[in-house]
Amino acid sequence: MERDKNFILGVYDDEDVLLSAVTEVRESGVKIHEVYSPFPVHGLDEVLGYKRSRLPIAAFLFGMLGTTLALIMQFYMMKWDWPMIIGGKDYASLPTFIPVTFEMTVLLAAFGMVGVFMISSNLKPWGQPRIFDIRITDDKHVMAIDLATNAGLGEENISDVLKSSGATEVNKKSFE
Amino acid sequence: MAHSTTNFNLDQKFDFTAALRKSIMTVLVIGAVLLAIGVITEMFGASHDHADEAGHAYHWYQRVFANLWINNVYFTGIAIIGVFFFALQYAAQAGWSVPILRIPLAFGSWLPIAFGLMVVTFFIANHDLFHWTHSYIFDKSHPEYDKIIDDKGGYFYWPMEKGSFPLFYVIRLFLFFGFWIFFFNKMKSLTLAEDIHGGTDYWRKMRTWSALFLVFFAVSSSISSWDWVMSIDTHWFSTLFGWYVFASWFVAGLSAITLIVIFLREKGYIEMVNENHVHDLGKLIFGFSIFWTYLWFSQFLLIYYANIPEESVYFVERMQSDVYSPFIFVNLVLNFFLPFLVLMTRDAKRHAIFLKVVCSLIILGHWFDFFLMVQPGTLRQHGGFGLMEAGMFLVYGASFTLVAMSALAKKPLITKNHPMLEESYHHHI
Repeated sequence: MERDKNFILGVYDDEDVLLSAVTEVRESGVKIHEVYSPFPVHGLDEVLGYKRSRLPIAAFLFGMLGTTLALIMQFYMMKWDWPMIIGGKDYASLPTFIPVTFEMTVLLAAFGMVGVFMISSNLKPWGQPRIFDIRITDDKHVMAIDLATNAGLGEENISDVLKSSGATEVNKKSFE
Repeated sequence: MAHSTTNFNLDQKFDFTAALRKSIMTVLVIGAVLLAIGVITEMFGASHDHADEAGHAYHWYQRVFANLWINNVYFTGIAIIGVFFFALQYAAQAGWSVPILRIPLAFGSWLPIAFGLMVVTFFIANHDLFHWTHSYIFDKSHPEYDKIIDDKGGYFYWPMEKGSFPLFYVIRLFLFFGFWIFFFNKMKSLTLAEDIHGGTDYWRKMRTWSALFLVFFAVSSSISSWDWVMSIDTHWFSTLFGWYVFASWFVAGLSAITLIVIFLREKGYIEMVNENHVHDLGKLIFGFSIFWTYLWFSQFLLIYYANIPEESVYFVERMQSDVYSPFIFVNLVLNFFLPFLVLMTRDAKRHAIFLKVVCSLIILGHWFDFFLMVQPGTLRQHGGFGLMEAGMFLVYGASFTLVAMSALAKKPLITKNHPMLEESYHHHI
């Protein structure tokens, strides 16, 4: 069976049930593809066993890029391209460059972080997010289980595990 | 649930053992010895080159007074920040900080001592610390009559005649300490009564008192910094000076709180506190170190850019002085670059070893901040960092620790009937 195509979905009403269900399902040997929820559920990433996001590293690197670009820009403009004496200071007077450098650092760190996040979570403009169940934007939590990665277990077993873990519905969903 | 605060001994008290007391006393004695050596060398040493350009002779005791004043202001700040932090948690209805609330509150016990030291130092050393206390600068017929200070004179002397007794100044000194000690005692008695009676009434009362304190503190912290620190350089002024001093106090106070929390955890107390609570303290230190730098730089940049002589003289005295210019960099490295770079990652804020190093250095760093605010204006080129400074800092630091730790040992460490105790146990970030 092809991966990332056919899923079994467990639908949950309550985030506390969801949290214990994730643990139960993982303990029973079923591999979870992803869990979707309408709001951040505290501790969910931990029970899912996810590694910490590397987004802060991206933010740091983009911030450094901002610092570098801002300093290069200001030194180039003020020292070489069009030297100007302002307030009797040197052409290249570092203290006066700090506010612009700070702003550029923050701007690029923020933009870079948002951009990386958008791309890595498939929210990029040219991406096509897959909607597993429209109710995940309202009041339902959905646990998606890829049938291909759990091929040895059988659909019946998986849906039994989901039901006994507290899922109110168990549905199937396939993507092209 | 299986995990709950009932698993912990909530009546646990901090045992201030004789061994611990002895090691703090050792630091105090070392400090006292260094101080004595420093004073003696200053008495018989460098002070022979009398009379600076203004014709004022320099005496060895001026340096002692300046040191007393630095530490008075600095440790008063850490003490009142303890009360401020406590009040802030109640006013913000914070849950995470519940098991550590008694630690900052214990800092407030230093306030009465700080009050005594401050008043005594002021009355003995006023002429050596504050130029505006000299009566001749208000005398129009005197050659050293100073129009600028004369115009500001009412702020110190009202309603008395300028140059006589600085009544308004002394009233403020008594008023601020009086109210700070009053609020500290009020909060202490409420939190101890909560231990006995329980219920949410005390928590609500504490919120009201905390809010009142914060309003008073907002005004008094700012004005006290003008009175005690900014008025040393009487001609000069900076409109953000109050926040700058507050930020310095706050970071130092947070570092002291964090150090004691880590120390108590390692000794096996306050088991409820885990790395999540420590992480929050680390974040506050990280954030407010940047806030301090922001204020430092805002003050510097505007003065640098405008370059008006009466303003820039403040930085000329510090940056173009052989004595003080190295400490500008010590100040910025210890108080900005170190916490900014070390505490940036999540792991550094959750592991005691990083926080222990950074917090200790920050406490030292902000001492240097006050050193740079006080000494250039009082001692001119005669100041510097020597045995006297190191000794006085150790004496004050050890005394402060003794007072705070003894206060902490008197009552249970945890506010066991705080309505958010359970919430704090489940705190997770």
